[in-house]
Amino acid sequence: MNDRQVLVLAEHADGAVRRVTGELLAAASRLGVPAAVVVGTPGTAQALAAELGALGAATVYAVETPEAGATLITGEVSALQAAVTAAGEPAAVLVAATFDGREIAGRLAVRLDSGVLTDVVGVALEGDEVVTTQAVLGGSYQTRYRVTRGVPVVSVRGNAIEGAATPVAEPAVVPLQVAADPTAPRVLETVPEEAGDRPELGAAKVVVSGGRGVGSADNFHVVEELADVLGGAVGASRAAVDSGYYPHQFQVGQTGTTVSPQLYIALGISGAIQHRAGMQTSKTIVAVNKDADAPIYEIADLGVVGDLFTVAPQLAAALKARRG
Amino acid sequence: MDIAVLVKQVPDTYADRRLTGPDLVLDRAAADAVIDEIDSKGVEIALQLTEKHGGEVTVVTMGPERATETLRKALAMGAHRAVHVLDDALAGSDALQTSEALAAALRTLQVDLVVTGNESTDGRAAAMPGMIAERLGLSAVTSVRTLEVDGGTFRAERVVEGGASQVTAQLPAVVSVNEKVGEPRYPNFKGIMAAKKKPVTTLSVADLGLDPARVGLANASTQLVEGAERPAKSGGRKITDDGQGGQAIADFLVEQRLV
Ligand SMILES: Cc1cc2nc3c(=O)[nH]c(=O)nc-3n(C[C@H](O)[C@H](O)[C@H](O)COP(=O)(O)OP(=O)(O)OC[C@H]3O[C@@H](n4cnc5c(N)ncnc54)[C@H](O)[C@@H]3O)c2cc1C
Ligand SMILES: Nc1ncnc2c1ncn2[C@@H]1O[C@H](COP(=O)(O)O)[C@@H](O)[C@H]1O
Repeated sequence: MNDRQVLVLAEHADGAVRRVTGELLAAASRLGVPAAVVVGTPGTAQALAAELGALGAATVYAVETPEAGATLITGEVSALQAAVTAAGEPAAVLVAATFDGREIAGRLAVRLDSGVLTDVVGVALEGDEVVTTQAVLGGSYQTRYRVTRGVPVVSVRGNAIEGAATPVAEPAVVPLQVAADPTAPRVLETVPEEAGDRPELGAAKVVVSGGRGVGSADNFHVVEELADVLGGAVGASRAAVDSGYYPHQFQVGQTGTTVSPQLYIALGISGAIQHRAGMQTSKTIVAVNKDADAPIYEIADLGVVGDLFTVAPQLAAALKARRG
Repeated sequence: MDIAVLVKQVPDTYADRRLTGPDLVLDRAAADAVIDEIDSKGVEIALQLTEKHGGEVTVVTMGPERATETLRKALAMGAHRAVHVLDDALAGSDALQTSEALAAALRTLQVDLVVTGNESTDGRAAAMPGMIAERLGLSAVTSVRTLEVDGGTFRAERVVEGGASQVTAQLPAVVSVNEKVGEPRYPNFKGIMAAKKKPVTTLSVADLGLDPARVGLANASTQLVEGAERPAKSGGRKITDDGQGGQAIADFLVEQRLV
């Protein structure tokens, strides 16, 4: 086991730690001693310390300013840079592989002149070295990489890391100072996505997606009703999103969310290669399509050639009846 | 306002994309090479901005000889000039090295705005915009859906995981565009003919003043340990709905213990 610290940028909102941060701390515990870096308004780190400790953080580096959250990105980069200095020689720095996380990782890598590895789905310590696993080209390949220069800066895909770190009862809270960046872009207003009652798309065990074949925004209730009977999330193809049938954050595929549920049901989706890139690692795939030659059948465990507007409601009714 | 747009040549996503060789690098010969769709959207936004505010668009790429096709495509859309970072010594560059070379190329231009795609379809690193901004000492606003410039400042809507926000920042800056930013224009015949006469500047490692000991696969900051292709998923049963298709799926889910 490595006794070097592994820094994790903690994500938090409304006084709670985001789930991905727990996943990152679990990953960190495989590489060394997890330490969380909290950027927030004064008092944030102390308020989150117990929760971060429970998730495995032995140290909480606190970078607090009244400005936190009002500007973009460079504050987090400077905080991580300061924590790297404070930690001595950390074994790695881990951030979530979101758009913000990947920008933070990239900028930090430049500042540290370190190698950066993106969107990893696994981490391991081999000898003294951090080795990451990533799924590339839509999951068609699995690769493992190491960093040969500097402190490995790694962005980790959400919902990919399982397990948990050993809880720490009272993590040490270490305040750090960083200089403000007066030129950083200012956030005027943020409209958070509505979470709704359904499970998060990227983490759901069941995903029911609709494509252009659904035909309209109104018709999407057919997709939603089936998803709800299965307790699943709703997804959409790019064609469905671009046609205005469903909001963009539900897009599955190459340029949308990557999903890997136990069950994926595709309704009125042809199965273009870019759609498959975001769902082909699903355990079981069921497809309903009018066209017997649709490429989605090449990867479907069960394909039903038919009209989604009769098949999906019948399926939903059958599942409801079974439940009684 | 003068704008630089980063455009990358990538294997066509409609084709079977492969990795090759001991270092599992992208097999550029296996698939048709195209301008990454997201970068053609970047070119579109830049053209719209210069049509409104004046100025010129320079498209910049780093890639092998063949990547000039991508520059020509952007020139045919209406970009004014192009810069090609081209040197065999750069083959196999990682993100750190690519950002160093592209930032050096951008320093040779005096632009008010650098536009990139939010994420390339082959690398999917979404790293380049931030890394380049860091090297050039600029702000970055990534994953932008709308962009309005007003004198020395701009306002953008960014859409990222978890929500959308309105952001303002000063120029010069780096902006990466989201795929919902709008559709790119098609080059017309006139544009294609005009593109042939537009200037393309080629810059080598020496021209950019890069340290030869820092470039290329041999000096990369990340290294492949191992990798393999995952077996492709194959199709299973296919039935035609005879009025009991929904029931058949329900039976299948029960049999698979999925419900
Ligand atoms: C760079 C790039 C990135 C992309 N990224 C993504 C991405 O992230 N996600 C994505 O999804 N796509 C992506 N695409 C687009 C992709 O190529 C396809 O255009 C898209 O996936 C098609 O969506 P679709 O299957 O819903 O529509 P279509 O291909 O039009 O298929 C609709 C299907 O519905 C069937 N149908 C119609 N009516 C019915 C009915 N009543 N009952 C049953 N079936 C019916 C039809 O037979 C047809 O097969 C990308 C493309 C590019 C170039
Ligand atoms: N070799 C390159 N040449 C030009 N632009 C690039 C190159 N690599 C990345 N980019 C730009 O950076 C964006 C994001 O790429 P990436 O960080 O690889 O996901 C792309 O959409 C391009 O605009």
